[in-house]
Amino acid sequence: MNIKTQALSGGFQEPVFHSQGVFRMLMDGMARPGTVHTIAMDIGQPEPLGQAAGAIALTLCDHDTPTWLSAGLLKSPAAEWIGFHTGAPITREKAESRFAFVEAGVAPSSFGLFAAGTQEYPDRSTTLVIEIGALGQGQALTLKGPGIQQTTTVKLKGLPEVFPRLWADNRALFPRGVDVILTAGKSLLCLPRTTQIAVQ
Amino acid sequence: MTELATYNFAYLDEQTKRMIRRAILKAIAIPGYQVPFASREMPMPYGWGTGGVQVTASIIGPEDVLKVIDQGADDTTNAVSIRAFFQKVANVAVTTHTKDATIIQTRHRIPEQQLEKGQVLVYQVPIPEPLRFLEPRETETRKMHALEEYGLMHVKLYEDIARHGRISTTYAYPVKVAGRYVMDPSPTPKFDNPKMHMSEALQLFGAGREKRIYAVPPYTDVVSLDFEDYPFEIQKFEQPCALCGAQGVYLDEVVLDDKGGRMFVCSDTDHCEDRREHGHAGEMLAPAKEAAE
Repeated sequence: MNIKTQALSGGFQEPVFHSQGVFRMLMDGMARPGTVHTIAMDIGQPEPLGQAAGAIALTLCDHDTPTWLSAGLLKSPAAEWIGFHTGAPITREKAESRFAFVEAGVAPSSFGLFAAGTQEYPDRSTTLVIEIGALGQGQALTLKGPGIQQTTTVKLKGLPEVFPRLWADNRALFPRGVDVILTAGKSLLCLPRTTQIAVQ
Repeated sequence: MTELATYNFAYLDEQTKRMIRRAILKAIAIPGYQVPFASREMPMPYGWGTGGVQVTASIIGPEDVLKVIDQGADDTTNAVSIRAFFQKVANVAVTTHTKDATIIQTRHRIPEQQLEKGQVLVYQVPIPEPLRFLEPRETETRKMHALEEYGLMHVKLYEDIARHGRISTTYAYPVKVAGRYVMDPSPTPKFDNPKMHMSEALQLFGAGREKRIYAVPPYTDVVSLDFEDYPFEIQKFEQPCALCGAQGVYLDEVVLDDKGGRMFVCSDTDHCEDRREHGHAGEMLAPAKEAAE
């Protein structure tokens, strides 16, 4: 399939109900950090965009949300796919992005260039959607914070090594900071800026 | 279903829902912080719960079961009309039973029955800014939140004590969420404040006229502001509910005649009905049918 038709195919079959369903997973995920949710519906997103990441884009992105893509996604048909299905402008400026998508195997060296909001308006910050190897296996991390009764343990495979350090820096900015959604294929897990991460 | 076709599911268009959904996610990520959003005109006036309605419309799906309460009651005008609104535009199941509901939209009460995981409580909020009556300028209150400068609120509570001998705020009693933001819990009686602390349910707040959304995630610290020597206290009632005999619940006063006659009944009608069905009776409950005959 050539690039053009790939960009035009797929999407939600039932846009109203599917975006509501995905949003409720995201809302529940943000409210209970560390819980893993699975996107069931097929959305025909082009590689290397994951199914969950694609569904998040379809649910939340539109012409109001400049979107930043990592180099691999930017070169792939995924960029046009997001543009066609959501209408979101693709930006090269991390600081002006409302959403950022990062493909698997790429470690963000810093969250510093993404929008962290201001002290008065900390909500004007980027939400990063980072694809990793797998959720539910691999390195064990302990999470603590609002939405978690005492502590919870999550297992993440393929999480960039620098992530816990970047996250600690991000936590220090509170109430400013970025929010992260980790995705792996069909599954997703939310890390709002309030969550504290400790490596086990 | 023919009526349904006139509107998009749940009334709002998809772009509006996306905008509100993004605001809700940021609100959950920053507990107690008021996220500005582009509030829409709704087919009801401001002050009737347009903020709560927009939040509910953005989260509700066909599988949800909706309960709407107004001052604890399922059968008052505001509750009945909002419930009918969602039946019409979203064709969802509705209930009056707290335990059966997945989304509970509320005006100024938290149900007596403890909320559970998976339930969402949506508050209708008139004035979201707890500092508004102390400082009318939005630019200033924003700065105060930014700098975590809440001295003014403590001065207000102190002046209450100096004047009245106690903290006289009885509703919309300010709380501090997750140790950072001071938040207005909407005009719920302070009786309900302890229920917000470490709640198992997600709590969302929508203010339509003031265009703000805020949230308290589950298992989050919600502490009512107070002083060491004047600790926070909730209202206490001398007598139990006159209909169901419940104690430790919030009661409404009902005037019975012009000779000073009155009774106190549960403000949470579902809780009261449920208790009466289970055989509890207060002193003014009409005798059961058999006894009357």
